[in-house]
Amino acid sequence: MHGETVLRVRDLSVQFDSIDGTVHAVNNVSFDLKRGETLGIVGESGSGKSVSMMSLVRLIAEPPGKITSGSAMFITSDGEVDLLSLSRRQLSRLRGDRIGFIFQDPMSSLNPLMSVGAQIAESVRKHTQLQRAAAKTRAIELLEHVGIPGAKQRYDNYPHQFSGGMRQRVMIAIAISCNPDILIADEPTTALDVTVQAQIADLTNRLCKELSISVIWISHDLGVVAGLADQLMVMYGGTVVEYGEVEQVYAHPRHPYTIGLLGALPKLSKTEERLVNIAGAPPSLFSPPTQCPFADRCPWVFERCESERPALYDVGGEGRAGVVRSDDATDGRGSSDGWVDSHLTACFYDLERNRRRDADEPVAVRPGALAHEEQG
Amino acid sequence: MQRYLFSRLIQSALLMVGVLVITFFMVRLTGDPARVMTPRDASPERVEAMREAMGFNDPLIIQFTRYMGGAARGNFGQSLHYRAPAMSLVMQRVPATIELTLAAMGFALFFAIPLGVFGGSRPGSIWDTLARGFGLLGQTVPNFWLALMLIVVFAVDLGWFPSFGRSGPMSIVLPAVALGFFPLGQFVRLVRSATLEVRGEDYIRTAYSKGIEERAVLGRHVFRNVSITLVSIVGVQFGYMLGGSIYIESIFSWPGIGRMINEAVQARDFPLVQAIAVFSAGFVVVLNLLTDVAYALIDPRIRYED
Amino acid sequence: MRIDALDQENVRSPFQRVLRIVFRDKAGLVGVLLFGIVLFSAIFAPYIAPHHPLEQNLRISRQVPAWQEGGDWEHPLGTDNLGRDMLSRIIYGSRVSLTVGFFGVLISMSLGMILGLVAGYVGGRTDNIIMGIANLFLAIPYLLLVVVVAAVLGRSLINVIMIFGFTNAPLFVRITRGEVLRIRKSGYVESATSIGARPGRIIFQHILPNLIGPLLTVATFEMSGMIFYEAGLGFLGLSVPPGVPSWGNMLAAGRQYIQFSPWIAAFPGLAIVFTSLGMNLLGDWLRDVLDPKMRRSA
Repeated sequence: MHGETVLRVRDLSVQFDSIDGTVHAVNNVSFDLKRGETLGIVGESGSGKSVSMMSLVRLIAEPPGKITSGSAMFITSDGEVDLLSLSRRQLSRLRGDRIGFIFQDPMSSLNPLMSVGAQIAESVRKHTQLQRAAAKTRAIELLEHVGIPGAKQRYDNYPHQFSGGMRQRVMIAIAISCNPDILIADEPTTALDVTVQAQIADLTNRLCKELSISVIWISHDLGVVAGLADQLMVMYGGTVVEYGEVEQVYAHPRHPYTIGLLGALPKLSKTEERLVNIAGAPPSLFSPPTQCPFADRCPWVFERCESERPALYDVGGEGRAGVVRSDDATDGRGSSDGWVDSHLTACFYDLERNRRRDADEPVAVRPGALAHEEQG
Repeated sequence: MQRYLFSRLIQSALLMVGVLVITFFMVRLTGDPARVMTPRDASPERVEAMREAMGFNDPLIIQFTRYMGGAARGNFGQSLHYRAPAMSLVMQRVPATIELTLAAMGFALFFAIPLGVFGGSRPGSIWDTLARGFGLLGQTVPNFWLALMLIVVFAVDLGWFPSFGRSGPMSIVLPAVALGFFPLGQFVRLVRSATLEVRGEDYIRTAYSKGIEERAVLGRHVFRNVSITLVSIVGVQFGYMLGGSIYIESIFSWPGIGRMINEAVQARDFPLVQAIAVFSAGFVVVLNLLTDVAYALIDPRIRYED
Repeated sequence: MRIDALDQENVRSPFQRVLRIVFRDKAGLVGVLLFGIVLFSAIFAPYIAPHHPLEQNLRISRQVPAWQEGGDWEHPLGTDNLGRDMLSRIIYGSRVSLTVGFFGVLISMSLGMILGLVAGYVGGRTDNIIMGIANLFLAIPYLLLVVVVAAVLGRSLINVIMIFGFTNAPLFVRITRGEVLRIRKSGYVESATSIGARPGRIIFQHILPNLIGPLLTVATFEMSGMIFYEAGLGFLGLSVPPGVPSWGNMLAAGRQYIQFSPWIAAFPGLAIVFTSLGMNLLGDWLRDVLDPKMRRSA
């Protein structure tokens, strides 16, 4: 079962209409999600990481939001279906049944006027034939499963009687109530205490491995994702800037933004704990993407970055020293549509550097751009 | 929760004492209550007789103690016009007014809730336009004028409903619509804006993420949360309708408290007016207490408070 | 260069932004227009009214409006039971409504502002007493209170203005006090006090400017409400004396003839709807402009 693609997203673009103009929130995002694996999506707020995932199942406000291109093939034993072509009714049959969700803020994600048990049972009854009593039994079972002590008594409690971590456990119970194929976890630990964060992350991970659920784990924190994900996707300004196996991206980040993020990651082992900040502000998404979104903040920016948007290209097959992977990127893990499932990045500097290394020619860097680096 | 209700009960009792004080001084605003309670063309002898009969010659403090003492025993004096105990006259009229206000409330909620919920959940749609339109009309169309126009169209021209009286279910339709129109507008505005707010809440997204369809999300999740806001205003609107019934009951000859106020005022029957005012204020105070209880019933966060 | 050109297309300029907001708030413009018309007719009534409002002519009593069979343009909206010109009476009627609304709001706002400032600023027992009395008046059904007091005091313009002025004050007390407490909580009053600013200076420099927005908005709605209630009192025969052309008095007269001459009651009512529509749209717009926090519900 493992290794098969369960969700194949291609060329997804989402725009929002606002009073100030059109926001290009997500631009041409593509990825594959394998059965039983965890895909980590990392980026700062506004990078389009949540919007792109929520738009797959139409959990964005439409209008003002609009999916302008793309496909999202959901592949199960029952066949293939493009999520973006489904009607709302068809989608609502998949949501909660085949695709589960956990959200960021457990404090506000549960209906304050409904008992937690009823909120779990609601999902169970929607997607199964179970009657009221059976749904309740199932909900109590789920509460026990996510580690809530005294589940039977807690069934009738209301969200305000639960702590943040407990509420997130309830959300997990709702998400896995129908043994879904995919779980989309949108920063599920961000709003929690540090001690609880690890518990929730471990619980989610363990349950999903048990039930072989594929997970899309959205986070702004590379540290959280590192321990959970198999594949890593880094987003910036609504585009994917780096994609690859998690170890590879960590060991050999290729995009300047990823390098910056890893620099910003506090390493407790080192004596020097200074956080490296990335200079500058996130890009305005009002203009259509005609340049590299990171160009304004990039220390290695040069002319081409501002006149053309870099596409993802494969850097996995380089065979440079230190690269763990030795297999060719196109050795069968790639899809039939030319998608290469390898280490990808969208940066001209990296591309040029590799190309010119043979010619021993330096890359022309914009004057003054390096000043950022010194400041940072 | 119980402690809270208890303190509210004490507050309400204090409020009622305040209302009694107001009603006592209300008829003495001009300084000469006997003059107020007699016809404009009454002879000086008749005014003097009234002064004597009502005890207005006694010192104010005596009058006040007498009034409060009577009120404590439920005695608000004799109606000048009917020559019968004022409060029992009021009580006879209560059922008709309750019937009318309940009908008007039912009419207002029946139309306002779907309009507000659909309007608020689909901004810019035809429902939204309707909701905003009714919200505005409710505030701008005076109910006494609406009542007259309803009579012109539905009683005189079309002959569908009787234009006055309280006889049979058809006779309540026009007065209920006229009285319920203002609350309808208020409810629509409130439900619409509350829905707009609630539909953006995280738990609504959670409901959608569970695959619950829109209709069920609106009914089970959105409306339940909107109803908290709605409860806060239903009581207020009952109080408003008690005032509005002065016009509506007079226009439609509906034999309730509202018409009685108008008649009592025209007849300068102020003991009766006082009794009605005290009853109405008591009614509003009880409604406010009921509102608090209703909050607790809907919202578990309040119910489980200490 | 190419990118700049594209930016122009996709990012709206500040000017476009303002235009868009004005367009979205065109309801506010309509409100200003409607209210402007009413204000204009009140001020210039003698110049625009075709007839004197009290001029009777029993031979043409209850004449239908001009567009109906038997009407003429001498009396565009027809005549009432005494043959007085409906249009002229409606134009003059706006004077009573606006006078009551304007002065009623002026009194209740001044009174409410002073008491609210005192309650919010002094606090403690003073606050409890003022708010207790304010809440007491809010507990009695408003219309009932107004009707009874009007009946006790008798029919006159001054009485009506005073009644609305006093009975509406509790509302303004509440709003002012709430704002004062809110502003006091925010840091800058505290910092002004700490550098030794005197209470008077704090009130005038920090608190009053912040009060203008919310009070002006409420004042608009309340003025509309008073015009409403004045007409209601007139309808019950409790407002200005019977001879004065006011919309409420006209409605009361029209009620007698509702069956065969419905226009006598219909037009003054429409005038009320017209005026309060204008004021409500204006109020909604003011709230949007002056208080961005409340924008979402508009």
